[in-house]
Amino acid sequence: MIHIDFNKLRFLIVDDNLHMRRILRTLLHGFGARDVIEAEDGAGGLEGFSQGNPDIVFLDWEMPIFDGLELIQMIRQPGANTNPFVPIIMLTGHTERTRVTAARDAGITEFLAKPISAKGLYQRVFSVVAQPRPFIKTASYFGPDRRRTTNASYTGPERRRGGAADTIGQVGLIEKARTVA
Amino acid sequence: MAQDRNDRPTVATYADHEVIVPPNRLKKAVAVTKPAGFDPVAQAEEALEGLASEFADWMDRECAKLDEARQRVRMEGFADETRDELFRSAHDIKGEAATFGFPLVAPPADSLCRLIEHTPDMTRIPLELVDQHVDAIRAIVREHARTDIEQVARTLTRRLRDVTDEFLRHENRDRPEILKIVMAPSLVPSDRSD
Repeated sequence: MIHIDFNKLRFLIVDDNLHMRRILRTLLHGFGARDVIEAEDGAGGLEGFSQGNPDIVFLDWEMPIFDGLELIQMIRQPGANTNPFVPIIMLTGHTERTRVTAARDAGITEFLAKPISAKGLYQRVFSVVAQPRPFIKTASYFGPDRRRTTNASYTGPERRRGGAADTIGQVGLIEKARTVA
Repeated sequence: MAQDRNDRPTVATYADHEVIVPPNRLKKAVAVTKPAGFDPVAQAEEALEGLASEFADWMDRECAKLDEARQRVRMEGFADETRDELFRSAHDIKGEAATFGFPLVAPPADSLCRLIEHTPDMTRIPLELVDQHVDAIRAIVREHARTDIEQVARTLTRRLRDVTDEFLRHENRDRPEILKIVMAPSLVPSDRSD
């Protein structure tokens, strides 16, 4: 069975709430992580990403100055950043379907609705480490492949012309947000 | 330094998109064998438990922050900055309350978030309804040791939610597509305590 060695990863937490940062750091330390960087707003998060070169980013949505979604757009710039492919796990109190979809379309890798649990957090990290997805670049999107499952009964138009990425079977973001504590 | 072939993404180009397989820099953390007796989730839960003695104080601080944001709205009125401050305070409480051991506080905080977020003209948000939400949140925290707090909190929350829904229906009556989103159920049960 695959095990994640958290001690070999560097994490960046971007959240304006001091208490949430402390909770996240405590959980990550509990998993075995030692290398955890923190930023308290989007600007600090961008600096932490650029200078700290983290392996995984935890990102809050609601923050002053510029928010989590805006920070994702800055990170997912192919060619402009050291690692535009960095896995981004969005941790947020937003639980509406439209929000999950908006976060997915901005290029997040995983979504975890607050209140967070140790199990839910571990599962998200496990997913990005053990089941990495290819990236898709189109005229309007750059981010992890949003197709997590194949639907054999789908009868709509093929929106990707000229071939499609292999789909790595995973539970969809919305289903995860709905079921995993 | 020359870049190793494995450090470069592989790119397959199609008619209107590219499929990119980035270098997997996280594989360094994948181990096939788990240290005997090591349960990372249980260990993290235990570490979180070590913070539990601080949670009541943290909840009080979040309530104080919410109250300050409410006072600022009362003094300066709704503007982008005061609205955002109030929304973020309520949103933080919504997300943290269950972790802090106050799950009954999350639903009224969620109701306040909906009121702020989905009212198209913020100047029409009734301050009295804001006050009722903030006071309910603070009261539930203050009285959380009462034996009947669950029933009291649920009754309060249901009433706040009903009044808020009625207000939002009216304010969004000409925006059916928005109203559909506003009234859609949350993906996550708002009063879960796990």
